[in-house]
Amino acid sequence: MSPSLREAGLFAGLALLVAGIFAWLGAAYGVRMLAEAACYAIIALGLTIQWGYAGLFNVGLMGFVAIAAFTTVLVSFPVNDAFWQGDGPLMLGQAALTLAIGVAVTVLLSKSTRIGLPKGLRTALTLVAAAITYLAVQGQLDPAAALIEREAGFVGGLGLPVWLGWVAGGLVAGLLGWAMGRITLGLRADYMAIATLGIAEIVKAFLKNADWLTRGTLTVSPLPWPVPTPQELGFVASRSAYLAVTAVMIVVLYVLLERAWHSPWGRMMRAIRDNEVSAAAMGKDINRRRLEMFIVGNFIIGLGGAALITFTTIFDPSSFAPLNHTFLIWVMVILGGAGNNLGTIFGALLVYVIWIMSEPVALFLFTSAEHWGERAFGWQAPDDLYTRALQMRVFVIGLTITLVLRFAPKGLLPEKVVKYD
Amino acid sequence: MPEAGLLAILPMNEIVFFLNKVVIAGFIIGSVYALGAVGVTLIFGILRFAHFPHGDMMTAGAFAALVLMWTFPGAGAAVGLPTAFVLMPIAMAVTALFAVALDRTFYRPMRKAGVKPVVMVMTSIGVMLMMQGLLRLFAGTGTRQLYVDTDAKDIYRIPLGGRDLVITEPQLLLFATTIVAVVALHLFLTRSRMGKAMRAVSDNPDLARVSGISIDHVVRTTWLIAGALAAAGGTLLALDVTLKPDLSYNIILPVFAAAIVGGVGQPYGAIAGGLLVGFSETLAVFNWSVLLRPLRPYLPEFIEIPAKLAFVPTEYKIVVPFFILVAVLIWRPTGIFKGRVNT
Amino acid sequence: MPLLEMTNIHGGYGGANILNGVSIAIEADQIGVIVGPNGAGKSTTLKALFGLLKVGEGSVVFDGRPVTNMAPEKLVLEGLSYVPQEFNVFPTMSVEENLEMGAYVRRDSFRHLIDQVYGFFPPLKDKRRQPAGELSGGQRQMVAIGRALMTEPRLLLLDEPTAGLSPRYMGEIFDRIVAINKAGVGILMVEQNARQALALAHRGFVLAGGKNRFTGTGADLLADPEVAKSFLGGGADHA
Repeated sequence: MSPSLREAGLFAGLALLVAGIFAWLGAAYGVRMLAEAACYAIIALGLTIQWGYAGLFNVGLMGFVAIAAFTTVLVSFPVNDAFWQGDGPLMLGQAALTLAIGVAVTVLLSKSTRIGLPKGLRTALTLVAAAITYLAVQGQLDPAAALIEREAGFVGGLGLPVWLGWVAGGLVAGLLGWAMGRITLGLRADYMAIATLGIAEIVKAFLKNADWLTRGTLTVSPLPWPVPTPQELGFVASRSAYLAVTAVMIVVLYVLLERAWHSPWGRMMRAIRDNEVSAAAMGKDINRRRLEMFIVGNFIIGLGGAALITFTTIFDPSSFAPLNHTFLIWVMVILGGAGNNLGTIFGALLVYVIWIMSEPVALFLFTSAEHWGERAFGWQAPDDLYTRALQMRVFVIGLTITLVLRFAPKGLLPEKVVKYD
Repeated sequence: MPEAGLLAILPMNEIVFFLNKVVIAGFIIGSVYALGAVGVTLIFGILRFAHFPHGDMMTAGAFAALVLMWTFPGAGAAVGLPTAFVLMPIAMAVTALFAVALDRTFYRPMRKAGVKPVVMVMTSIGVMLMMQGLLRLFAGTGTRQLYVDTDAKDIYRIPLGGRDLVITEPQLLLFATTIVAVVALHLFLTRSRMGKAMRAVSDNPDLARVSGISIDHVVRTTWLIAGALAAAGGTLLALDVTLKPDLSYNIILPVFAAAIVGGVGQPYGAIAGGLLVGFSETLAVFNWSVLLRPLRPYLPEFIEIPAKLAFVPTEYKIVVPFFILVAVLIWRPTGIFKGRVNT
Repeated sequence: MPLLEMTNIHGGYGGANILNGVSIAIEADQIGVIVGPNGAGKSTTLKALFGLLKVGEGSVVFDGRPVTNMAPEKLVLEGLSYVPQEFNVFPTMSVEENLEMGAYVRRDSFRHLIDQVYGFFPPLKDKRRQPAGELSGGQRQMVAIGRALMTEPRLLLLDEPTAGLSPRYMGEIFDRIVAINKAGVGILMVEQNARQALALAHRGFVLAGGKNRFTGTGADLLADPEVAKSFLGGGADHA
């Protein structure tokens, strides 16, 4: 079967599945599912750049999603007057100033070998300066945080347009990617996985506990939308509008990525990925290129993440906790076909639809099992059977990853080998 | 005769507090990390990949102990020790065999297919998700005590100048087990034929093959040891605290950090690394202002001792092993004991 | 009947063949030497013999038994032993542990063999508890060969045993190889130092482009002006 026939067939099958869901569960549900799937598709496109193009194993996905979502909240959420009228901004400003001075001093000290300081002394002084900076900033931040939480609840936002928030989210995610990439990119794959995982954990821990910044477990809602909200237009219409926005984003990204991949730059990236040694011998700065890919990928991940969280209208740091979503997206990429943008989009849609559908299916299966078990053996099911049933989905994600890697490592829509005549 | 000597001068209250919260606690969590890290470093050294499911293997071992405890609840009372501990050797054996089965089913086919190392890691993550899903499916997400009613949970208090040094029975068992495990491992690696063969494969797998050493046997032994130690670590931790499926998730990062700090592929390094990470955590989270209080009379008036002076707030404890990890990867990638960096 | 008979071997690492019809035959207790320019397929011939790469065409018969493409673990039991050119010791293990690993397949006691190795390589005895990775190049080479001797092989395969060694160590290693051979072990070695190696060879094989070019006794090859003109002169003895 030729590739394009295969593509058409797979997409047709998917369309059929989606139509079936619309029929069974209604338009409002269906559009919501598609809009969320579209956001995931954007995130997956970012990941396929990192994995499919540059061969980087980013396990800290959700950290980038979280920080982009947080940035969006900060930028686009309505202004919290209580915060601006109190002492909060002043104290934060002071802390920021302390941080700036501390960092400047530390950096200067770290370069002090130029004025003749011996290396050991320089390291010691730098560490001391860093420690003092940390303690000083912490000393200022804690009372500021307590004050803000007491008086204003949290920092609030800047009240700027939503799309600006999304872009800002992408930029911050890209920035985090730059910082993380500088540290981890030279490492081999498993170390990079561990390191990215660790960073994501720290970001999440920070967002969950910094109540003054994010309201922590109290969550922030409702988040403003780029299109009229369901309250104004009704579920189907407003969600469709949202879907239209994300669909446009996907198309734009797809076009840009395809053009980049087919350009001489894309050729070089493939050369680096497929034959690193030769590429290095030709003088290509491999790590620099990989860093670029990592940052661009994270920008797109941030964009998608911001869109996703905005859609759910709630910013809840604890919801980023499970590892599930990280690997859900990974399954989308490797099942769909890493390095093939169309395949990734397909994979995202398919996997998300299955993920959403698996909840009622799992529930149905387990309640039936409970029913039959009781009738046949007098088995008394545990109370939390429902939550346990959902855990099956984690099992299925893991199983899918192992099976795909073993039997179809190139995914359903493998990367097309670019031929030059 | 008045209470003379050093004890009278030193602020014993604060010192014992420090010993309890930092030294003993550090040893405890450090030993658990060490038991996990040894398995991880052996797998790193011989199979050349990061075994992400290791935290879940530790949890699975603890659950095996739980199930055994339900089946033979009288075992502990017969000996005077917690039931789960008495049955732990069986749990270790079960987990060891499970680890071998895991390898045969999932990792060996990938090895035979000659996949890139990154794909091995991804496969191991797939296995990790499967294990997590199954564990939570069968055990729920709640917490459990790894004790039956007939078990006694002894707590030993050693009074030291006003405050008690507190060690619980499971903690003593943990120390004892760790020491026994370390000694046994040492003897195995330096005196036995298979132990030396493992070191040989870790050193130079091609030459090992050329010498006629069966890599398959060595791999199998590696999984047996890793599985058994993981079960021990998980069970003993659960005895000390509680048993919950989240155990695996919180423990994998520190265990990796410990293995990497100690030098990948170096079992003794893993033990040292585990203790290092454990102590770093307890030191970082400790409220140092407690130690500053006795100095109050000697300090000038205007210096205020804050109520809480810790490097890292308790909620951010996860940061500590991570920082250690990153620091090691940047400044001394071969770790303390000079392990392997790249394959 | 020759101890080893490799006939018309074709093979490589997956893509194109490196060996395009190599034939080697030596008797028991002989020293065979393979020389030739870089890329001729010398090391590859040894690897093909020891089952480290796939032989496509041709056959290998050892001691009358067909062993083509047999796995290294089995060949060790048949009486073959192999010393790679690089990474040929276990660096973190002591000298004595390296020798023990060499004897891994043995089920009997082998203390006498360890002593025999120390007899061949006296400097190793003092360093027997030292990690092999800390030894000098020449001593490491001794450990590498000693490890391979622990299975009491009928035929010892050596891949450039004097590569990277100082002239003094080179001479010493060659002396020991002769001593080992006199003790009853057949030797097949690849060497860059062609002149010195051929001087002690019972059989010499000059390879080029994956094929045999010249074959004869070591002395004959050294005396042959064509050989001297085209192929001799690689390595330290190049005038």
